[in-house]
Amino acid sequence: MEPRPTSFYILSAIFVLFLVFLYGPTLTIAILSFQGPGGGLTFPMRGVSLHWFKDLFQQQAVGDIWGSFSRSIVLGLMVMVTTVVVSVMGGLAFRKRFAGSGILFYLIITSLVIPSILISLGVGLIWSQAGLNVHWSTTGYGAQLTWTLPFGLLIMFAVFNRFDQSFEEAARDLGASPWQTLRHVVLPIIAPSLIGVALFGFTLSYDEFARTLLTSGSYNTLPLEIFGMTTNVTTPVLFALGTLTTVFSLLIIGVFLILAWIMNRKRSRQGSDAGKGLV
Amino acid sequence: MTSLKSRLSGNLNRHIMGWLMAMPMALVLLVFLMAPIVMITVVSFWGATEWSIYPAFQFDNYEFLLTSEVTYRVFLNTFKYALITWICTLLIGFTVAYFLAFHVRSLTWQIALFLLCTIPFWTSNIIRMISWIPFLGRNGLANSALISWGVIDEPVEWLLFSDFSVILAFVHLYTLFMVVPIFNTMMRIDKSLIEAAVDGGAKGWQVLWYVIIPLTKPGIMIGTIFVVTLVMGDFITVRFMSGSQSANVGRMIQNDIGLLQYPSASATAVILLITVLMVIGILLRFVDIRKEL
Repeated sequence: MEPRPTSFYILSAIFVLFLVFLYGPTLTIAILSFQGPGGGLTFPMRGVSLHWFKDLFQQQAVGDIWGSFSRSIVLGLMVMVTTVVVSVMGGLAFRKRFAGSGILFYLIITSLVIPSILISLGVGLIWSQAGLNVHWSTTGYGAQLTWTLPFGLLIMFAVFNRFDQSFEEAARDLGASPWQTLRHVVLPIIAPSLIGVALFGFTLSYDEFARTLLTSGSYNTLPLEIFGMTTNVTTPVLFALGTLTTVFSLLIIGVFLILAWIMNRKRSRQGSDAGKGLV
Repeated sequence: MTSLKSRLSGNLNRHIMGWLMAMPMALVLLVFLMAPIVMITVVSFWGATEWSIYPAFQFDNYEFLLTSEVTYRVFLNTFKYALITWICTLLIGFTVAYFLAFHVRSLTWQIALFLLCTIPFWTSNIIRMISWIPFLGRNGLANSALISWGVIDEPVEWLLFSDFSVILAFVHLYTLFMVVPIFNTMMRIDKSLIEAAVDGGAKGWQVLWYVIIPLTKPGIMIGTIFVVTLVMGDFITVRFMSGSQSANVGRMIQNDIGLLQYPSASATAVILLITVLMVIGILLRFVDIRKEL
């Protein structure tokens, strides 16, 4: 192997700095959340304790943290499942190049680039003028889909752009019906990518703030609850909550990545070439 | 003749099947994207009292907006944030993607380091904003470090709650949106093109400037679309990181919503949407998104 050029070492240093920039602040609040009972929002640490984590688990004036946490998880799962199903159907639909697909594509792009507050404001206005109540599981759910579906569909485009169509042709030549082709050929090939779509669906929903702001009604989701806390909580309990939800996010990401890895390994062990349909 | 007929019906079938499968997506977009846009446009012509809004068809809201000097200042500020953030994220994002694509040699390492760059994207933006407080505050890490190095004598006040902290947070949150598409495009560059350039006698920077950058343009464009729209539509980062001292268009809309002035908020929202779509329209002329995925 040829020796590394000097630029490699400079760029490596920049890359490490970038990672410090990305992760440094989060690590700092993780450390600060272990402040002693008398500690504040910045260094120095006044002792080390689990005081602020315990604080989270006590019923207190901070708000309904655990209620909002469970709402966020339920909503995240709802959005995740819908995003996967609807994106796959959408991706399959776009392969057919049906009349009017161009318009739908521009709508998807609009959905991606539209300032989130417009969705919030518009949905809020429609529901209030119709005399209906907004709720996180109806309007909040719909508003979040306008953010997760574009990501899901774009991933499906990326998948189908690399999809080797000769597998489908082979299935058809052997007499498979369109449904059989889909069920036994197409879906197994794209399955690992669906883990990615699911990851996007859940995490984007779990962290979404702007599109839920005016559409979730009287029960907050976790990001709304946390934002509410930033205006009136000035103790490290804020950091403790931040650390906990970040750890939760990391666990979710970890689970998805491990799932994808296991799926790939299982495949190579069984000698299945299903994933090879992606070129 | 029969074959033509069957082909026609097959075609019809294809369009119908296509629409059926796209229907759930189309419905969601109809109810939660199109209808809100229409509603905002309609309400932007309505009138408002202190506690309620009433249907009307008047241009008062637009007239007030377009004749107010504040509007132009706020829009200018929004463009300023977008431009500075774009430059920073592009420089950092390109460098990181370039390192990953051309200097990391094994695919496993490329994927591992790439994942390391993308993980923060899947965690909460609000918490990532909050996490700057211990760094930038008056008694924060940055100030203590600068004082102990003797660079400054007193804590610097402008680190937190200023334009600086707003842009820092934008760069922190959105650089990933540059790294991912640029890395994706770079990985598709045929390595033999670079070898050819080197064999032809090109120096390192010439390869970068005449081969890699032109071939990376689509990725840069997609990243630009993400960063520009996210920054232009933002209100929460500006509110939080500026301590409500700076304004952008999103903040203006949010203020009006807080005062229940929905028609005025809607008019601002319509103008913001038109501005964003115009910017995107220009950017899309340079790239075919579907081809680049």
